[in-house]
Amino acid sequence: MLALDRVGKTYPNGVRALDGVTLDVAPGEIVAVVGGSGCGKSTLLRAISGLDRPSQGSVLLDGTRIVEPHEKIGIVFQEPRLLPWLTVADNVGFGLADRPAAERRERVAAALDRVGLADKAKVWPRELSGGQAQRVAIARALVPRPEVLLLDEPFSALDAFTRADLQDHVLDLWAELRPTLILVTHDVDEAVVLADRVIVMRPRPGRIFEQIEDDLPRPRDRQSAGFDFVKRRVLAALDRSLDRAATVDEGQTRAESGAALWW
Amino acid sequence: MSSLPMSIAVEQADPAAGKAGAWQHFRLWRVLLGLVLPVALALGWELAVRAGWSNGRLVPPPSVIYSTFADLARTGELQHHALATTLRVAAGFALGVVAGTVAGAITGYSALTRRLLDPSLQALRAIPSLAWVPLFILWFGIFETSKVLLIAVGVFFPVYLGVMGAIRSVDRKLVEVGRAFRLSDAAMVRRILLPAVLPAYIISLRSGLGLGWMFVVAAELLGASEGLGFLLVDGQQLGKPAQIVAAIVAFAIIGKIADWIVAAAAAPFLRWEDRFSARGGEA
Repeated sequence: MLALDRVGKTYPNGVRALDGVTLDVAPGEIVAVVGGSGCGKSTLLRAISGLDRPSQGSVLLDGTRIVEPHEKIGIVFQEPRLLPWLTVADNVGFGLADRPAAERRERVAAALDRVGLADKAKVWPRELSGGQAQRVAIARALVPRPEVLLLDEPFSALDAFTRADLQDHVLDLWAELRPTLILVTHDVDEAVVLADRVIVMRPRPGRIFEQIEDDLPRPRDRQSAGFDFVKRRVLAALDRSLDRAATVDEGQTRAESGAALWW
Repeated sequence: MSSLPMSIAVEQADPAAGKAGAWQHFRLWRVLLGLVLPVALALGWELAVRAGWSNGRLVPPPSVIYSTFADLARTGELQHHALATTLRVAAGFALGVVAGTVAGAITGYSALTRRLLDPSLQALRAIPSLAWVPLFILWFGIFETSKVLLIAVGVFFPVYLGVMGAIRSVDRKLVEVGRAFRLSDAAMVRRILLPAVLPAYIISLRSGLGLGWMFVVAAELLGASEGLGFLLVDGQQLGKPAQIVAAIVAFAIIGKIADWIVAAAAAPFLRWEDRFSARGGEA
């Protein structure tokens, strides 16, 4: 289980990016973090990953304090960040360097198969499309079988069609290994499609503003009334988090109009 | 340029059998195009001398250069001098590359050593390297040691600068991938930094090698009993311009071959590059 205890981050220039974030995430839970720009959602993710150390508070995974990258925590960045000098297969196997070659080969092949890129194993990253490259990056993060997978706006650079495709893909992969997923996004649809719980953050300093349970049955239909209802709740919370339209009731149309502006 | 309409024309003429044949044709044409100017100049000069418009004593025509070159090669003199020069360059290059790589790697990786070492090295770099010659001769004598060290100095700086600059400009995002996978310092260097700097490293090796050839001439001009530089001085003192040009031609050939060897040895490691030229941008 992942637990954040009053995590705060103050940058050397005095900016308080994060303040008093306390959060428990159950194993296998999918949490989406949304919020206006500057609300510290990427800072939060980097603190959980161990790439940055929080200034206050602590991040605990199964009771272990995370102060540097941990083997049970994987991360997918906004860009694929594949190593251009390694083939797709070697990129996927990057985190398995200490395993025997046979095991490595087998797990890499299985992972590539799962993301539907078995035929690209020998190819250089430069030959992949943006969506393919991000799938390889997801496979690379999943292949060491992390307990927690962090996704930092992983689909924001992709077109809408590819994005929806990859969201389904991530759910399939999740269903297989059941890691805890923490997804930072600015796409409310994405949050509602994927998450068990949507966390809305507010900026300056970044704090948790509201948590919205999303228990729609899976697979989720983006056209259903239930989906729309959750989405409106999230949008309304976002609006309120920015002190905009403070009196708007959930589910009203003003939330929708504000939604275009919130980020 | 002219290549584009031509390759299109060939493919239109024979779309099925086309590609490989057209490509061969195209490459040959490209090589030949580069030869037009030097061959025309050589032929022109040869004709001018034959026709008696010039006596060709100071600027010998190609036929005389060729026969001088052939004579030198037949007696084994050319090979002897070329070998002496090549060995000096090889020794100096090896020394300069090792020193430049190590110095560049540590100053590139650690800000502390960079602040400590880089200002001094930059100051030394500002000294024209030939200014070292008298001192090197005093310190290391007039034989091989001073020559090899002079070459090493010439090779050192481009390699040092290349490695340091390349390491400092490695994409932070890729380094972060290494951190996310908990690489040790050594693994970070081996698995992220070295492959990332390899293309820039090869370029700095090649420019270092070029400077190595430059400095070997300087070293040999200043006193040597063998080497292509000795042939140059000898040709000057005995008034044999054809020998000078033959030595220059030998320099060109060996230098080009050495550069080609470095480039060819590196090529298998650089196939991943997403390069402008790899996509036919550079014709």
